Amino acid sequence: MRQSSEPAPLIRLSGVRKVFGGTAAIENLDLAIHAGEFFTFLGPSGSGKTTTLRIIAGFELPDAGTVALDGQDLSRLPPHKRDVNTVFQDYALFPHLTLLENVAYGLRAKKIPAKDAILRAEAALASVRLADFGARRPGQLSGGQRQRVALARAIVNRPRVLLLDEPLGALDLKLRHQMQVELKALQQQTGITFIYVTHDQDEALTMSDRIAVFNHGRVEQIASPWMLYEQPQTAFVAGFVGITNIIARDGTACALRPEKIRLLSPDAPAAGWETMPATIAAVSYLGMSTRFLLDCADGSRLTAVEQNMAHGAEAPRLAQGSPVLAAWSAEAPWPLAA
Amino acid sequence: MPASASLSGLLWRRPAWRVAALISLPAIWFVLFYLAALAAMFVSSFHTVDELSGQIQPGWTLDNFRQLLGDWTYGRIALRTVGIAAAVTLTDGLLAWPFAYVMARYAGPRLRPALMALVMLPLWSSYLARVYAWRLILAHDGALNWLLHGLGLPAASIGYSNWAMWIVFTYLWLPFMILPLFAALERIPPSLLEASSDLGAAGWRTFRRVIVPLAMPGLVAGSIFTFSLTLGDYITPLLVGGPGSDFIGNVVYSNVGVSNNIPFAAAFAVLPLLVMAGYLLIARKLGAFDAL
Repeated sequence: MRQSSEPAPLIRLSGVRKVFGGTAAIENLDLAIHAGEFFTFLGPSGSGKTTTLRIIAGFELPDAGTVALDGQDLSRLPPHKRDVNTVFQDYALFPHLTLLENVAYGLRAKKIPAKDAILRAEAALASVRLADFGARRPGQLSGGQRQRVALARAIVNRPRVLLLDEPLGALDLKLRHQMQVELKALQQQTGITFIYVTHDQDEALTMSDRIAVFNHGRVEQIASPWMLYEQPQTAFVAGFVGITNIIARDGTACALRPEKIRLLSPDAPAAGWETMPATIAAVSYLGMSTRFLLDCADGSRLTAVEQNMAHGAEAPRLAQGSPVLAAWSAEAPWPLAA
Repeated sequence: MPASASLSGLLWRRPAWRVAALISLPAIWFVLFYLAALAAMFVSSFHTVDELSGQIQPGWTLDNFRQLLGDWTYGRIALRTVGIAAAVTLTDGLLAWPFAYVMARYAGPRLRPALMALVMLPLWSSYLARVYAWRLILAHDGALNWLLHGLGLPAASIGYSNWAMWIVFTYLWLPFMILPLFAALERIPPSLLEASSDLGAAGWRTFRRVIVPLAMPGLVAGSIFTFSLTLGDYITPLLVGGPGSDFIGNVVYSNVGVSNNIPFAAAFAVLPLLVMAGYLLIARKLGAFDAL
């Protein structure tokens, strides 16, 4: 799925390998990330996504392979010589410094005069709506505010690449959704390339231009959110990004998304559809939608999701134990790589 | 017995009583044996001793303090005591850093207990035995000169001198600096060091701007140990210090024992108290206790 006609990538990982205690955390990894992209590493814990991020930041040395920024190999440079900044999962704010000093830290380390550094730090704090908080210390802030300070402290250095390691993991759901929108807006405003690590598929789909799905130290697929969801290449991607049914068609495993299954009356006309008679085994009401577990005539099980339309008028028809006809269009099942 | 009548039930319902029960014994100890003794010492420093009968004469006089300030011998002893205590604190601070840092940052689950045992090991043997051992090492015909001679170097004559006291005190109190410093360093999240480096700070800057400020409470705690333990000692000066290397403690000891002039001893003993109080105030002003 790699586009070859694109300009030279900003970040290129080639053949990167990292072993921890005899187990390979990353195995022969190749990645190309373009300038201005919002690129996400998505995967379960232990899949190698955070290790890859830490190798780009310089906190880990790869055992093999190279990391190039704008064509220059930086895999042997220490973190402080790399033009990348990190937003840490625990924010890693300096507890003994004020917010202003925290944000100005990187500028001062780069020998920018104190006056300029403070002006820029103040502007950065204002851009995350914490203009009046400069004299406080991190201990006096809420989780969401700390998260914004961590963001300001990284952005103020105008890095070529911003690395974000599950930055929203510690926030509650509502704040997380709000920050997702803000992060995306910030990325578009600044034009900085974002590399974002998460295990949350919703987050990845919401924000990313492209997503790399990690599994067991390898990248299973790199694609846009749409492609990843609609055309997953492997059973792992299909299962990790959203819910999916794996059905067999002509001896090939295919991914069939639950919302693409229509539930019809057993005797309904279904010309042009692929169909499967089934019985409803379980019903879960989810508010916006209802999820059905189907026992199919061929012994398999399917999950189907239907939007809850006007007043749930169809509900009685779809109670547990009712016979239905599951139907989907012929294009809906997406063949997976063997 | 119903639960409501039991002692544990009562203490569970009244947390304040529980706290009182826990703290009363140490509090009584602290007030009786520590504060009361200090007060008694302070009061007796204003008393005098009748030269003929040797009886303590109660009263309020500044004679003892006048005598201390009037005789430059005591000034020199005080300066020596405070000076060596400061030198020992500084040296222990410098020696403890790399050791505590390796223990806190690099030592794995097997190396760390081993290093900890190494630090604690000297504390398992008698203080006197260890000071005597140093006396033998540093003596003119001791192990140090034997080694220097073997290496073809000139003999060092540091036995029975201020240098000897500095070395022995530094050795004695080093564990008391390493342990609190280690505890403080261990509490610094590794991500802070990564963040500093990520923001462009090289190792030295990270050390100065992040590690030292965050380790300061441990460093101050350790320095209180090394400083006050040296300040109050009188055995090491007796055993490895030469003639004329008395500490405040030696003057106190001889006035309590030989001259039987307890009020004068008490007056001189007030000085280390004032020095420590001043030290703690300065440390607090520098923000050393902010993280407590």
